[in-house]
Amino acid sequence: MEKKIAAIIQDFTEAAKTASDSASVEKLRVKFLGKKGDIAELMKDLKSAPAEQKKEFGQKINQLKKEVEGKLTDLTAAIEQKELEALINSAECYDVTMPSRVETGSYHPITLIQREVEDIFAAMGFTIEDYDEIVDDYHCFEALNIPKHHPARDMQDTYYLDNGQLLKTHTSAAQNAIMRKYGAPLRAIFPGRCFRNEAIDACHENTFFQMEGIMIDKDISISNLIYFMKTMLSEVFQRDMQVRLRPGFFPFVEPGFELDISCQVCGGTGCPSCKNSGWLELCPCGMIHPNVLTAGGIDPEEYTGFAFGLGLTRLAMMKYGVKDIRTFNSGNLKALSQFESL
Amino acid sequence: MLVSMNWIRDFVDLDGFDLDALIHRFTLSTAEVEEIFHYGENTNNVVVAQIVSIENHPNSKKLHLLKIDAGDKIYDCVCGAPNVREGMKVAFAKEGGSVNGFAITKATIAGYDSYGMCCSEAELGISADNSGIMEITDDLPLGTDLKSVYDIEDVVFEVDNKSLTNRPDLWGHYGIAREFAALTGNPLKPIERVDTSVYKDLPPVAIDIQDTEHCYRYSGMKVENITEHVSPVNMRIRLFYCGSRAINLLADLTNYLMMEVGQPMHAFDRRKVDQVEVKRFDAPFTFKTLDGNERNIDENTLMICSKGEPVAIAGIMGGLDSEIEDDTTSLLLESANFDGVCVRKSSQRLGLRTDASMRYEKMIDPEITVVAIERFMKLLMDIDPDVQVISSLSDSYVRQYDKIELTFDKAYVDRYTGIEISDEQIINTLTALGFGVKHEGTGFDVTVPSWRATKDVTIKADIIEEITRIYGYDNFKITTTLSPLRPVRKSINKTDEYYVKDLLVEKFKLHEIHSYIWADYKKFGELNIEVEDNVKLLNSINPDHVVLRNCMVPTLLTVVNENKSFGTEYGVFEIARVIDGVKEDGACNERKKLGVVMLSRDCSEKTLFFRLRDMLSLLIANLRHKTLHFNHVEAFHNWQHPVNTSEIAVDGVKLGFISTLHPLTAFKIDKKAAIVCAEIDMDTLTGIEKAELDFTEPSKFPGIDIDLTILRNPDVTYSRVAEIIRDNGGEHLNSVKVTDVYDGLISSITLRLGFSSPDKTLSMNEIQDVIFGGIVPELEKSGILLKK
Repeated sequence: MEKKIAAIIQDFTEAAKTASDSASVEKLRVKFLGKKGDIAELMKDLKSAPAEQKKEFGQKINQLKKEVEGKLTDLTAAIEQKELEALINSAECYDVTMPSRVETGSYHPITLIQREVEDIFAAMGFTIEDYDEIVDDYHCFEALNIPKHHPARDMQDTYYLDNGQLLKTHTSAAQNAIMRKYGAPLRAIFPGRCFRNEAIDACHENTFFQMEGIMIDKDISISNLIYFMKTMLSEVFQRDMQVRLRPGFFPFVEPGFELDISCQVCGGTGCPSCKNSGWLELCPCGMIHPNVLTAGGIDPEEYTGFAFGLGLTRLAMMKYGVKDIRTFNSGNLKALSQFESL
Repeated sequence: MLVSMNWIRDFVDLDGFDLDALIHRFTLSTAEVEEIFHYGENTNNVVVAQIVSIENHPNSKKLHLLKIDAGDKIYDCVCGAPNVREGMKVAFAKEGGSVNGFAITKATIAGYDSYGMCCSEAELGISADNSGIMEITDDLPLGTDLKSVYDIEDVVFEVDNKSLTNRPDLWGHYGIAREFAALTGNPLKPIERVDTSVYKDLPPVAIDIQDTEHCYRYSGMKVENITEHVSPVNMRIRLFYCGSRAINLLADLTNYLMMEVGQPMHAFDRRKVDQVEVKRFDAPFTFKTLDGNERNIDENTLMICSKGEPVAIAGIMGGLDSEIEDDTTSLLLESANFDGVCVRKSSQRLGLRTDASMRYEKMIDPEITVVAIERFMKLLMDIDPDVQVISSLSDSYVRQYDKIELTFDKAYVDRYTGIEISDEQIINTLTALGFGVKHEGTGFDVTVPSWRATKDVTIKADIIEEITRIYGYDNFKITTTLSPLRPVRKSINKTDEYYVKDLLVEKFKLHEIHSYIWADYKKFGELNIEVEDNVKLLNSINPDHVVLRNCMVPTLLTVVNENKSFGTEYGVFEIARVIDGVKEDGACNERKKLGVVMLSRDCSEKTLFFRLRDMLSLLIANLRHKTLHFNHVEAFHNWQHPVNTSEIAVDGVKLGFISTLHPLTAFKIDKKAAIVCAEIDMDTLTGIEKAELDFTEPSKFPGIDIDLTILRNPDVTYSRVAEIIRDNGGEHLNSVKVTDVYDGLISSITLRLGFSSPDKTLSMNEIQDVIFGGIVPELEKSGILLKK
């Protein structure tokens, strides 16, 4: 019996040396520990062993079993470790710099800037309104304190239609309808497409986007106007913006202003973009003219308000560095497809 | 408009002020300054000198060797000017000096040394005259620094004309000087002029205003014995710096006056014009203006006539025949005020915009016609003391503006500005700008000066602007409002629009584009797209852009056509307006629509078509939880495919269409590409209510799925097949899906019918009864057979 035990250990040790993968380890397990394995055979011999030696032999066989089990476990662990290393070492190293093949659509840059500005104003309690592109003379001019023969009409080359209407020249054309719809107090912005009958070039478009805003309440002041413009522009440009107001003439506001922002190209030190002034003209604004409030059914003795017209197209040009205004309506996907996501 | 600070300083003392800084304040308080020019800054050591002798240059035909007496010594100078002559007094730039930044050094010219330069007016920058060197005719001692006697050095700024449209008073230096007076707090000096009352007994000028609607005032005066014909140097420099050109004394003076007080004037040669009538003619005729052009005058154009003969277009330009000439010694001076709208319309009609018409358009103050004449006389008499006034100052003032008085309270100013501006500052500002101010308690009574009362200042809000702009917007303390905040909900059409954009861009990889609201004859024509009749633009400057579009797709097709090199598969969309004719009231039926066009060279038209159809279905399913229905219709645009055009609808409401392209259009874009398109009316969509999401508790008992393969019958649509199955499937049928479509010799569709019950396990017998007892016989009745 002892010889047999010694022989099994001998056999096992020999066989274990050649085991190189988990399959051969499994074979070993079957050969030595399996139901019909060498150790199981030994157990059969135990039945025929003398009774006084049974206990001793039993203990020895168990010891043998434990020894073989322990060695097998170690062997398995060692081989698994080796196999794991081999698996890892054989893995392909991916070239993460390979170009993406995910196809993307694109938003129009005006959509992007418009949503951004709308969100800013919505957060400040402004309603967002949509308004017709084709309007009548009353809404585009008369209601805005621009009577017939007013020279301001020359400033806006209007597209007239054969049914007597016209393509709105500015988003202000919605002021009257919105005042009539909501009354005072009122905070609203109304982005929209506007049209001017002029020749187009890199700086001029006949079809462009503006965003008008009005705020009307009992004590709205010039001081408030400056506050809102500065806050809004600082949000749009994501930094504290320097703004300045200068007198500007627009018949539907009094006083009227041109709002300049510090030049985004040179930072205000002066460059060709700002004609060396350090300032860029961005948006006309002003206190709503009492005649306009009256036309909108709001008592100018009780309420005051401000209005501004933001050139969304201009803003998009500045923000994205678009040099040619014609890009926006060109339908050129090589340019427009670059605006992939919000 | 160009403004000379030397000129401004005639009227307001600006000593000690940094002029550039002041001009900057002008931008912030009055009107936008576009550019500042510093003239003569770099001209130094140019003196009055005399040519003592002239010798021909031995080595050059053009050059002369001059000896020049510059007061301190005699200089050798090599000069190429053609107009040199002995004894001539010239502007001599000495060695070491500079002319407009050009340094004068000793130079050797063709072998001879030269110690200075005789300057032309152009070289000095004081006129465009470069024909020869400047001759100094004034009696000045040799060696006098030119800059000490002539206003060569000046700061001139250009104001954006657009920012002056509402300020007729700023179209002359005197008005601008008033702004500087208000900005600096220094007083505005009065305009020096002659007292014309001494001529009141002389015979008047015959002035007959026949059109009293369009002529407010006409003032005139006659002068004779004018002997001077050339304007003084300083006047010529000012005119030149301000963008004008010296012509002759009388013409220069009218220009000078216009630039000074803002009043356009006209000098008629009295040999041709000795009396005036202001009228319009009943019939059109042609008239030659002093620029030599024939002009078509119609019955709306106001004319100045003399004895019935037209001599000038009122407020725009004089006639050639009565123009001042070099030998004119006697003139009739016009200083008039015409209706701004009338002048503007005539000017537009004639395509003739002049410095005079620009000013009249702004509705200038009629009070200044007389001031201008008296100032003209003062300047003329200073220059030419021999002139003889031969008429009284005759003045026909037929139409006056109303005097404007405004009343407001200090609280009004506080409320409007949101800051505190003191009573004293309000009074000082308004007074400096020429307003009459009475202040009692908290109230202000303000009289608007005539030069602001023609249209500019009419209401008290206008006064706020006067107070605040001089106060300076940069000095405002800025504050938020104290208005109550209310929740703001985005309108449904806005959320729909953004959802559609997100879905199309993010899920379907389409590109959003923007296009124009009109059809493009040229581009549409290239693709065989008919421009359908619709509302038209009356005044488009592009003949291809006249008819407004009635559908989004054609424009998008032109975009797809122009992007053929972009890729093998791409799609574009736009949400924008189309005009669907006019409504009953005649107004445009403006609709906001979504247009989509997709192109693919990678898949079949059929595959692409169904991709688009699925996209639209998903869109409506997600936005409204409703099913989109498609109905075949006849093509209703010439570019739609006659077979594959379908109307799409929700709840029986027509929403738009989906179609493939007519081969005649498709082939123009790309014969090998599949192109499909669709349009949805976003306004109609807004009106469709959103359904609640459908929820059914899933059965706890297992269901049974049965597959049926049916043979295609081209006359029966799938939706009809599904309808028959649903109608006959009994209470336990809860889903019908297509699992396979076979298109071959014998086309078939495999459908999977799902049956289940909420309260029991169904037996196969029950299901087979439904299928073979109900569904199959009904399908057969409609010509749909099971595949054997």
